[in-house]
Amino acid sequence: MFKLLRYLKPFTWSVVAVLMLLFFQAIADLYLPTLMSDIVDIGIVKGDTQYILRVGALMLLFAAASALFLVAASFLSAKIATGLGRNLRSLVFSRVESYSLHEFNRIGTASLITRTTNDITQVQQVVVMMLRMMVSAPIMCIGGLIMAVSKDAELSLIFVLVLPLLAGVILLITRRGVPLFRAMQVKLDKLNLVLREGLTGIRVIRAFNRLEHEKKRFSEANSDLTDTAIKVNKLMATLMPFMMLVMNLSTIAIVWFGGLRVDHGDMQVGDMMAFLQYAMQIMFSLVMISMMFIMIPRAEASAVRINEVLDLVPEIKDAAGIEQTQDKRGLVEFRNVTFSYPGAEQPVLSNISFSAGPGEVTAIIGGTGVGKSTLINLIPRFYDVDSGSVLVDGVDVREMSQESLRAKIGFVPQKAVLFTGTIAENIRYGKENATDEEVKQAAAIAQASEFVADMQDGFGAVMAQGGANVSGGQKQRLAIARALVRKAEIYIFDDTFSALDFKTDAKLRAALKKETINATVLMVAQRVSTVMDADRIIVMEDGKIADMGSHKELLKTCQVYREIVSSQLAEEEIA
Amino acid sequence: MSEERNGSRKGSGGGFGGRGPLGPGGMAMPVVKAKNFKGSLKRLLGYLKPYRMKLLFVFVMAILSTAFSIVSPKIMGKATTKLFEGIMLKYQQVPGARVDFDYILQILLILIGLYLFSAFFSYLQQYIMAGVAQRTVFDLRKDVNEKLTNLPLAFFDAHTHGEILSRVTNDVDNIGSTLQQSLTQLITSLVTIVGILIMMLTISPLMTLIAVVTLPLSFVVTVLIAKRSQKYFAAQQKELGTLNGHVEEMYTGHQIIKAFGREDESIDKFNETNEKLYQAGWKAQFISGIIFPLMNFISNIGYVLVCVVGGIFVLKHKIEIGDVQAFIQYSRQFNQPIMQMANIANIIQSTIASAERVFELLDEVEEKPEAENATVLQFPRGEVKFQQVDFGYREDVPLIENMNIDVKAGQTIAIVGPTGAGKTTLVNLLMRFYEISAGKILVDGVDIREMRRGELRSLFGMVLQDTWLFNGTIRDNIAYGRTAATEEEIVRAAQAAHADHFIRTLPEGYDTILNEEASNISQGQKQLLTIARAILADPAILILDEATSNVDTRTEVLIQRAMRTLMKGRTSFVIAHRLSTIREADLILVMNHGSIIEMGNHHELLATGGFYADLYQSQFTGGNSTSEAS
Repeated sequence: MFKLLRYLKPFTWSVVAVLMLLFFQAIADLYLPTLMSDIVDIGIVKGDTQYILRVGALMLLFAAASALFLVAASFLSAKIATGLGRNLRSLVFSRVESYSLHEFNRIGTASLITRTTNDITQVQQVVVMMLRMMVSAPIMCIGGLIMAVSKDAELSLIFVLVLPLLAGVILLITRRGVPLFRAMQVKLDKLNLVLREGLTGIRVIRAFNRLEHEKKRFSEANSDLTDTAIKVNKLMATLMPFMMLVMNLSTIAIVWFGGLRVDHGDMQVGDMMAFLQYAMQIMFSLVMISMMFIMIPRAEASAVRINEVLDLVPEIKDAAGIEQTQDKRGLVEFRNVTFSYPGAEQPVLSNISFSAGPGEVTAIIGGTGVGKSTLINLIPRFYDVDSGSVLVDGVDVREMSQESLRAKIGFVPQKAVLFTGTIAENIRYGKENATDEEVKQAAAIAQASEFVADMQDGFGAVMAQGGANVSGGQKQRLAIARALVRKAEIYIFDDTFSALDFKTDAKLRAALKKETINATVLMVAQRVSTVMDADRIIVMEDGKIADMGSHKELLKTCQVYREIVSSQLAEEEIA
Repeated sequence: MSEERNGSRKGSGGGFGGRGPLGPGGMAMPVVKAKNFKGSLKRLLGYLKPYRMKLLFVFVMAILSTAFSIVSPKIMGKATTKLFEGIMLKYQQVPGARVDFDYILQILLILIGLYLFSAFFSYLQQYIMAGVAQRTVFDLRKDVNEKLTNLPLAFFDAHTHGEILSRVTNDVDNIGSTLQQSLTQLITSLVTIVGILIMMLTISPLMTLIAVVTLPLSFVVTVLIAKRSQKYFAAQQKELGTLNGHVEEMYTGHQIIKAFGREDESIDKFNETNEKLYQAGWKAQFISGIIFPLMNFISNIGYVLVCVVGGIFVLKHKIEIGDVQAFIQYSRQFNQPIMQMANIANIIQSTIASAERVFELLDEVEEKPEAENATVLQFPRGEVKFQQVDFGYREDVPLIENMNIDVKAGQTIAIVGPTGAGKTTLVNLLMRFYEISAGKILVDGVDIREMRRGELRSLFGMVLQDTWLFNGTIRDNIAYGRTAATEEEIVRAAQAAHADHFIRTLPEGYDTILNEEASNISQGQKQLLTIARAILADPAILILDEATSNVDTRTEVLIQRAMRTLMKGRTSFVIAHRLSTIREADLILVMNHGSIIEMGNHHELLATGGFYADLYQSQFTGGNSTSEAS
């Protein structure tokens, strides 16, 4: 939590101003009982009505000043806290945007969303509280002590006894309470997890007839949470009554010892009354501080998560000396590439070498986890290789700027992702300044024209969040159109066609052939029918290239490929 | 109404968790009003009924503890008065004048007693309330969860997860903290206000008037500010919603943003919304923050008035000095309950609205009750018969009309059609996730409505397109289909699904815990695990819902072999894209736009030359490979 406070730096002056304002406010507030004691000790004792009125007016003045300071302080602290929230959010978001897929997947999409939104809001709220209470409480406490001592130093000895007692109890309770609050948060998360799983897996749970089991799981998490919640609240139940008791007993002590001192003539009655009020203020500020102890652990978990994001530095950066590519227009070359995911024992890809040139279609086929998607993700430099090199147009991708490298590529991911906005805007995502004609053409090649025309607003139709209002196959076609509109040198299709039915798949490939005649095309595929006409088929097994060649060649030479083919096509079609 | 709620919830998205020890932000947040306030309140009170004796006790404790703490300043004032009198006499040098310390001691002893009792009662009250509030929340959560298990799938398909989750977590939490804090606060505030008024009146009616002069003022200020701040909070909530939406979208599409090099645009848009959020945010924060200084100021005015007027009154011997002290203490105690009371109306509103949302869920129509004398199939064979079945998700849009199929045990039925043709509908009907509107579905000659749902569903083994695994070990995930499975059986199932190999390469093997999003294994591996799970369950009927579409061809070869062995002797419904499987099927159901348009085996359908024939031919039109390859 305190680590995050370093981001308060731009607000240093505002924070200082808030501190000053709160200090003045505390002084003004603290001066009121002293004035009151003057009314009693001078006004009443001497019977001077005029004096009482004068002091009363002065008191009003101080009260108004105190209010003014406080309003100003709250104005500034509102700006500081929300400003900090804004800066943190912006910082976290930009950082996440700079992550390579590796860092991104390490934390996970859902978790990153929570960190950017809820966690920062949580921290922001605590900062508001801190500026409001944590700053003013110690000032009130210390100010109150000073005023009390100035009223009567000897009577202040009561504090020597009372304050450590109070502080000790607060410490004791919060020390036991804070871990409980933490445990409660963990158990709440657990309950949410069970619940969420129950919702996402509802069909499976019902299909396997495991409702009772899930009910038991929920009930366990529920009881667990309830038990801790009861424990926490019971513990907290001791805090307030105890503090009130200590406070009240000390007032009694003050009246008693104060009375004795008044009797001896060491003190005046009004001073004693003022003293009483200072004592109250001091102890109330302690109560406020104890509240902070409860608040901070809640934000702490959030702060830790935010710091984790900010401390994670993306591995992939543009090289110092950026090299420009020669104009070879889309030559992709893998030279002895070996790559492993961080922490993995075995490399996902080892010794991959091939090259794919303009006008060629290279298809990659192979089993689960053999690294097909990983392979093509190396081309736009989503990851960096361990050894060997990936070259585009003769230049190592690590020596190009990420921007210029990716500008050459039209990428269609495995899972089509669309953004809110119209269909045209989504297609234009590939090329910002694409004309209407280009957008329409890209859609036509991607076999999207028909269903787009069927939609009420055509290309102006608005996508719901995540593209929920179109089917999976339609989404995929729009994603293809988005890549096509770029007129890229290199097209990468990561298993893009399997979400389409045969008919659309075939039509699309036919149209694509014409469009990508001068480009380098790399596609990961599952269907033999999709890859059959490729210029080069790379068959992968266990992270290595098992064989490479055309459909006909592979049928003769490659056992793995034959297996794949025979599983999908009937005899007469293979022959 | 419901739209309004959706709007306000958008911002919180998947945000769970309580409101924290600072208590309900009733004043700050825009309040959603309950539709049927009285009814929902009554029902909520029903949940408290089992605890009514405890609650009564809590209330008595609350009243006692407040009453005691209210009486004390007056008594304390007497001590001060006595002291002052003694001093004044001394000051005036009256002979024999002395402070009556015996009297003061007596009063202080009484006070100690009062304070002890007050603290004890207030402790008891909070202690008991902790149990009552949390138990009530526990009951509510339990009821909601039980309800969820009894709701038909139609409900879950019609509501987003976020919406349902929000009711079980946010709304229930909201109720919980109101019970924990606000309920007793309401009582103590009321008692305090009334008690202080009475005490003040008994001391001096005139001074009371002076002390409460500021009351209406503070009330008006609270209400006014609360109203204004709501406007800004609503604006803040709206911007937060937009921002969260943007973040969610950008993060889900991270790869795309990278691939198309659009990071800067994304950041720009974020910063723009972020700035708007900041503008709305600090205003909301400031307006709601201003309430404290203002209340403090008003309270100080009251304080000054009491001091000045009190001082003058003492001079005129209308009241005693101790009374002034008591009044100071009372007027200081006065403001907090007033502020609380002003908030409490909002808090109660929002609590009842929360309760209402929870009750709405509890009132949803449940699945039809199980048949009374449910038939149990001892040795299921796997015959499935549809007799004149009519079905539609909405009554006015029939999808299936008069459908008749007769599947013998061990047959394979392929369901084909373009994407989004509604192939999962059949699954929904077979497993009785949805009820048919007319006709009968029979398994082994028994109407599926005459079986327990659990029994019926355990006849089926299912692999869905979207894999579902839970946060637990791989072993537990595979054994999900059969709890009593031995280690050996689990491994055998994994081997049959060709998952054993990859599982063993994981550092923890079968003990590897799948994380929350199961992102520590690949999509294909997940698929393999769900297949292993289905294999282990050993069902009479299989449903493969595009089962292998996420597993690559090479693995699929192996899986298909395993499947073929598995399918032997089992009735199988296969929702498939692969023509080789389809061709071998005993029966092909061709679906389009949600309904079955053709039915028959491969040769029959090709002969008819309809939709299926067209679909089949199209596979090779683009590739013109048939001629090339032969």
